[in-house]
Amino acid sequence: MNKPLRRIAIFCGLLVLSLLLRDNWLQYVKADTLREDPANRRVTIARYSTPRGDIIVDGNPITGSTAPRSSGLNDLKYKRTYKNGPMWSPVTGYASQAFGANQLESLEDGILTGNDDRLFFRNTLDMITGKQKQGGNVVTTLSAAAQKAAYNGLKAQGGKGAVVALEPSTGKILALASYPSYDPSAFAGTSNTDAEAWKKLQKKYNPNDPMLNRALRETYPPGSTFKVVTAAAALENGLYKSADENTDSPLPYVMPGTTTELKNEGSIPCKNATMRIALRYSCNTVFGKIGADLGNDKMLAEAKKFGFDSEQFTPVRSSASVFSDNMNQSQTALSSIGQFNTAATPLQMAMVASAVANDGKLMKPYMIDKLQSSNLDTVSQTDPEEMSQPLSSANAQILQSMMETVVQDGTGKNAQINGVTVGGKTGTAQHGVENSANPYAWFISYAKLPDGSKPVAVAVVIEDDQANRDDISGGGLAAPIAKSVMEAVINSKK
Amino acid sequence: MSSTTNTSTNHTSTIGSIGTPSRRNTELALLVFAVAIPVFAYANVGLAINDKVPAGLLSYGLGLGLLAGVAHLAVRKFAPYADPLLLPLATLLNGLGLVAIWRLDQSKLLQQLNVAGGKATNQLLYTAMGIALFVAALVFLKDHRVLQRYTYISMAGALVLLLLPLVPGLGADLTYGAKIWIKVGSFTIQPGEFAKIVLAIFFAGYLMVKRDALALASRRFMGLYLPRGRDLGPIIAVWMLSILILVFETDLGTSLLFFGMFVIMLYVATERTSWIVFGLLMSAAGAVGVASFEPHVQQRVQAWLNPMKEYTLSQQGVIGHSEQSMQALWAFGSGGTLGTGWGQGHSELIRFAANSDFILATFGEELGLAGIMAILLIYGLIAERGVRTALAARDPFGKLLAVGLSGAFALQVFVVAGGVMGLIPLTGMTMPFLAYGGSSVIANWALIGILIRISDTARRPAPAPAGNPDAEMTQVVRPS
Repeated sequence: MNKPLRRIAIFCGLLVLSLLLRDNWLQYVKADTLREDPANRRVTIARYSTPRGDIIVDGNPITGSTAPRSSGLNDLKYKRTYKNGPMWSPVTGYASQAFGANQLESLEDGILTGNDDRLFFRNTLDMITGKQKQGGNVVTTLSAAAQKAAYNGLKAQGGKGAVVALEPSTGKILALASYPSYDPSAFAGTSNTDAEAWKKLQKKYNPNDPMLNRALRETYPPGSTFKVVTAAAALENGLYKSADENTDSPLPYVMPGTTTELKNEGSIPCKNATMRIALRYSCNTVFGKIGADLGNDKMLAEAKKFGFDSEQFTPVRSSASVFSDNMNQSQTALSSIGQFNTAATPLQMAMVASAVANDGKLMKPYMIDKLQSSNLDTVSQTDPEEMSQPLSSANAQILQSMMETVVQDGTGKNAQINGVTVGGKTGTAQHGVENSANPYAWFISYAKLPDGSKPVAVAVVIEDDQANRDDISGGGLAAPIAKSVMEAVINSKK
Repeated sequence: MSSTTNTSTNHTSTIGSIGTPSRRNTELALLVFAVAIPVFAYANVGLAINDKVPAGLLSYGLGLGLLAGVAHLAVRKFAPYADPLLLPLATLLNGLGLVAIWRLDQSKLLQQLNVAGGKATNQLLYTAMGIALFVAALVFLKDHRVLQRYTYISMAGALVLLLLPLVPGLGADLTYGAKIWIKVGSFTIQPGEFAKIVLAIFFAGYLMVKRDALALASRRFMGLYLPRGRDLGPIIAVWMLSILILVFETDLGTSLLFFGMFVIMLYVATERTSWIVFGLLMSAAGAVGVASFEPHVQQRVQAWLNPMKEYTLSQQGVIGHSEQSMQALWAFGSGGTLGTGWGQGHSELIRFAANSDFILATFGEELGLAGIMAILLIYGLIAERGVRTALAARDPFGKLLAVGLSGAFALQVFVVAGGVMGLIPLTGMTMPFLAYGGSSVIANWALIGILIRISDTARRPAPAPAGNPDAEMTQVVRPS
């Protein structure tokens, strides 16, 4: 019987050998794939196993990490906390144990958890010295005072809206507020309360859609604020050489190729008005005709230089603002006064104001100043970067003087600040079927200090379902918020 | 090893005389390691999870040491020539299993699910019962050939054991699908584990008698010796039994194990390769046939082919799907080459059966590829020592019983480890000695006890003159 016994011995050996081979396949060849599989809960466990790094504004963290007292079955140790969550959530995004992460929390997850390759040396050192791995910090460009002014302004107003403030000379984002907003602390954990809070915030259950970041992700028809872009196109293309040259503008103005009259709001002195007068009174006829005269191609080229038709990465992505191509003359005329297909994010309109204020140079908007390791060494620093030059320095100064007139004598009087020159433009954009819905109130502006520096450019938009239609005008609703944001920036510089 | 036997035969010493190379001291030295390694691992778990040496270290160490000591003394007294490796290897696996079960006891998640918590203490108790059965086997089973008398009683016993889970009111439906447990009071017992041993005794006794008929009375056809129709009876019967287990208890593992064990023993008894071919063909036909209409088996196969899909379905709350297969694969992958270290993995994510069917995944994650290879080699070594015992045995019954038990042991390791590692579809069986569960531990200690008894008889110097020196020859020609 011994011959078959020896064969059985070999058979048993082969059984074990096949297991050994399978194990090598599993634990050596496939190990990394399995270990890093996002569905492998160990990835999430690792993310929350150490205190997460912080997002910092003006030197103070606006986030935190707590290790809740053993909350039963939760295998995730540290939970994200937010200071004044609703105010800052358009900046931070959220990091939730149950619902993942977005915006800065997701984009800079590597730095915040400490897993980024750039922290490798630091981590190795910590491992040798036996210190716990710690996440690094994300230092933002934001200004706490400006953000507070923006958020509180929107909140007091009560309608949906958004504010973006930029530093024109660098492109730093100073304020990025959206209302209504949400508190990411509410669903940072895994409990039923968290799940309930998350559910309540979803658009399906909450028509106000508080989790929409209106400052970056919502596009609105920019209305009359777009006339700044049209004016820039007129100057750049040499259609008109100065602000005080009479334009060739008939009143009433029938759009080319149609029998439709383009109307102004009220009876305002728009016939052959100068661009300064036209911007001050917000003449649709003048700027509509400029757009039609320049044509689709030239208007589109100018709008693109301001950043239209492309997504911006701050690094949080913003939606692309729209200025259409292949339009006929009348459509171009409508588009040039911020109607028809034209749509812009609040960030985009802040970029327009910023480029004009910065003497024609558009700086790339950004919100991360630098990334730090846990011991505050700088891992990487963002340098201001010129994105484009939509208009020459001379033309920019002409446009500035026009915008300053708007605030001095025109529709933007509500934004005046004592001892500071403010340039701005109001906008009241109609939308809805037959323009039946309540219009959006816009205001874009910048502040110029006596020393000639321009520390801030702002864009404010308010969509208010409740308000009386007559009350909605950029000057009435949006300009006061822009003013308080500019004041906050100026005061914090002092 | 045979040289050892030869040298001892040269001595004219009587059985059990002092000074013969019985290898008992080798066994003792190995046992010291087999106890020390789990104790060290136990301390490791405590340090990793609670940052301190666990309070129970002393009692655990003493408990395991005491059990190993009792087993060793019993072997020294009642089976002095036994194989010196079997006891230390089994002790090491049992000790490591206890550590892993205790480690999973620390998981709050598993405590909440009532899967873990205080299970290590239970397992230590089961181990004590297992060692008691092991000692009893050595004390009362002076000669394994006694078991030959119980051939047909064994058959009846095995059938009863296998059918118990189907008795209404007695069967306990513990998991999705497999009905392989019975409930007695507050205990659940897996009769299949015991049936494995009892069936091996029946097969060995039956085949020893029938092997000549099965081997010689056959026709040659296409290079294969075809058995006569009436000799096919037993293999058909066992095959039917396996299929019935598969259908009514939906337990793929057990039916594969029994049928595999029978084919191995049949092959050894008859030395006819044709039986292997028949066996493989029949098991393939049976498996495919049952899988074509049994949804539980189909689902296991689907989970094996696409564990990620199965995981997603279970996360969506679809009834009847389990995340376990994928969780086990993640545990293995996350362990990598060297593992996370004791107590630092997250194998509790497997949840249900994390400390029983899936305990190998905990070893995979925390001890890594290195640890699993070591454990698999230990299992391999136990199986090979068992086959070695079969080779050394002088009587055909002992040979058949030893090869049946060790073949079944190897098959079980392959089916369970292969299932957990995704090599073959998952079945509801447990890793011998490592996994939590009284039936498994007790039955496997009995299995080791019988192997040790056979190996003692096999390695004993010079057959006792008082016994029947011609036992082997007379048995061959004895009519049934």
